Amino acid sequence: MYRNKKASNWLQQLVFIGPAFAAFLIIIVAPFVMGMYYSFTNWNGVSNNITFAGFDNFVKLFSDEQFLASFGFTVRFTIVAVIVTNLIGFLLALMLTQALKSRNLLRTVFFLPNVIGGLLLGFIWQFIFVRGFSAVGGMTNIGFFNLPWLGDEITSFWALVIVSAWQGAGYLMVIYIASLVNVPKELNEAAEIDGATAWQRLRNITIPLVMPAVTICLFLTISNSFKMFDLNLSLTKGGPFNSTQSVALNIYLEAFQNNRYGLGTAKAFIFFVVVALVSSVQVYLTKKQEVEA
Amino acid sequence: MDTRYTSRTLGLEILAIIVGLVFLVPFYFLLSNSVKPFAEILLNSAALPKALTWANYTKAWDVMNFPVAFKNSLLITVFSIIGLVIISSMAAHRMIRRPTKFNTFLFTAFVAAMVIPFQSIMIPLVKVAKTFNLTSSIPGLVICYLGFGVSLTVFLYHGFIKSIPLEIEEAAVVDGCTPYGVFWKIVFPLLKPMTVTIMVLNALWIWNDFLLPSLILGADPDLRTIPLSTYSFFGQYTKQWDLALAALVMGILPIVIFFLAMQKHIIEGITAGSVKG
Repeated sequence: MYRNKKASNWLQQLVFIGPAFAAFLIIIVAPFVMGMYYSFTNWNGVSNNITFAGFDNFVKLFSDEQFLASFGFTVRFTIVAVIVTNLIGFLLALMLTQALKSRNLLRTVFFLPNVIGGLLLGFIWQFIFVRGFSAVGGMTNIGFFNLPWLGDEITSFWALVIVSAWQGAGYLMVIYIASLVNVPKELNEAAEIDGATAWQRLRNITIPLVMPAVTICLFLTISNSFKMFDLNLSLTKGGPFNSTQSVALNIYLEAFQNNRYGLGTAKAFIFFVVVALVSSVQVYLTKKQEVEA
Repeated sequence: MDTRYTSRTLGLEILAIIVGLVFLVPFYFLLSNSVKPFAEILLNSAALPKALTWANYTKAWDVMNFPVAFKNSLLITVFSIIGLVIISSMAAHRMIRRPTKFNTFLFTAFVAAMVIPFQSIMIPLVKVAKTFNLTSSIPGLVICYLGFGVSLTVFLYHGFIKSIPLEIEEAAVVDGCTPYGVFWKIVFPLLKPMTVTIMVLNALWIWNDFLLPSLILGADPDLRTIPLSTYSFFGQYTKQWDLALAALVMGILPIVIFFLAMQKHIIEGITAGSVKG
């Protein structure tokens, strides 16, 4: 009887946990561990003749100017995109928690860009930057529309920021709205009676109380901006002159175009460490700002 | 929230609608130019079309091989989601009801793995996928999605199952239900709200994904998903904007319709996912 029970417990463990565990092991854990190993080799992706290279790849990537430039671009892009997207998302949320008649319709409108994948969005915006903006510029003579949007390093950078903010703001808006509706009304009313201005109420009541949402939104935007790939590939392809090549695109090209898998995995490993580190530091710092209502 | 509709609210309403229209401008460019002949697009991309030309759509439909791409995307998305729902809900349930050292550790590992960027493991993943014969096959890609989706899905179910009282399950056991019966007949139906959330969140992600299908499925035109077929379309027809815009409209239409039908669940899903995250 006891033996039987033990066997049935094992069977249950296998049936309930087994498939999830197996998928996780094969698709995530095995490649992750192999990646760590390959980053110390000169594997070219095809050959079975893999030689151990020690720290060669890691030394090499610190003198790889394109990799360093990609990292610099990704960091700059992430900082700007995170600030812009969060500001827009938060302002939209503030606006759409007022008693507007068009509130529900507008929430749908602002969220809409989010359901379309980055790859298709990049192609759509490529058309808008290249043809749409110049047509508007020709009609109105506004300098903004006549800029060489995808033809120059600075404007291409901002083109990517514009599209990712347009896409991401609605998602953050949903999270900020969920948080804003939970701010107790009494606090704001009491402060208003005490003579606090709208700005003071926002600064001292609303923002501290929505900090948990800020933590989440920053986490999401930082990791998404850092990992940008689809949009980058279809909108600028890293150009002009590789000035907008994200780290993710750089790793992809290194492995699948240059066939330097060893070097690619070393870059990927550094990338993982940076993403994990930056995300944990951010969550730690913003969590400290959270207060109880 | 203010209940009175003051002139201040009206001003804000007008401002909000203007911002909303600005957000929609890209869709105007996309839709209006997709029904123009090429020459008219070049002449003025901002103007309304003089007449509606559907030829772009029929041509793009053929070049994209739209029915095949649509079918592939649908099969991959549906089977990945069914698989994810089954294996993740079972695993999450077991992890909560049998919190052995191994199961607790496994849950921590699942959660920790969420910080791994896809690009960090994609290179060895291709080799692993080849070893297991998962490349150039739709079932193979579905297995990959199970691996990548299981972390977040287990995490979401885990938070939800914690709130289900154990007494319900114990009562079922007393009535003679097997452990499998308890899960499928009692627990799983109770998970429905979370299951709907998980389905829509995973549907958006899997339907739109580009990099994983391109690495796993390769260049075979018969295996292309919608993002893959759009991408190869742009390789072939660079700057053929009349066809490209029609292809883009067809590419985004299924997911936009899905969103409009399911938007309540999508919004709930994001809120649930983010509050627990």
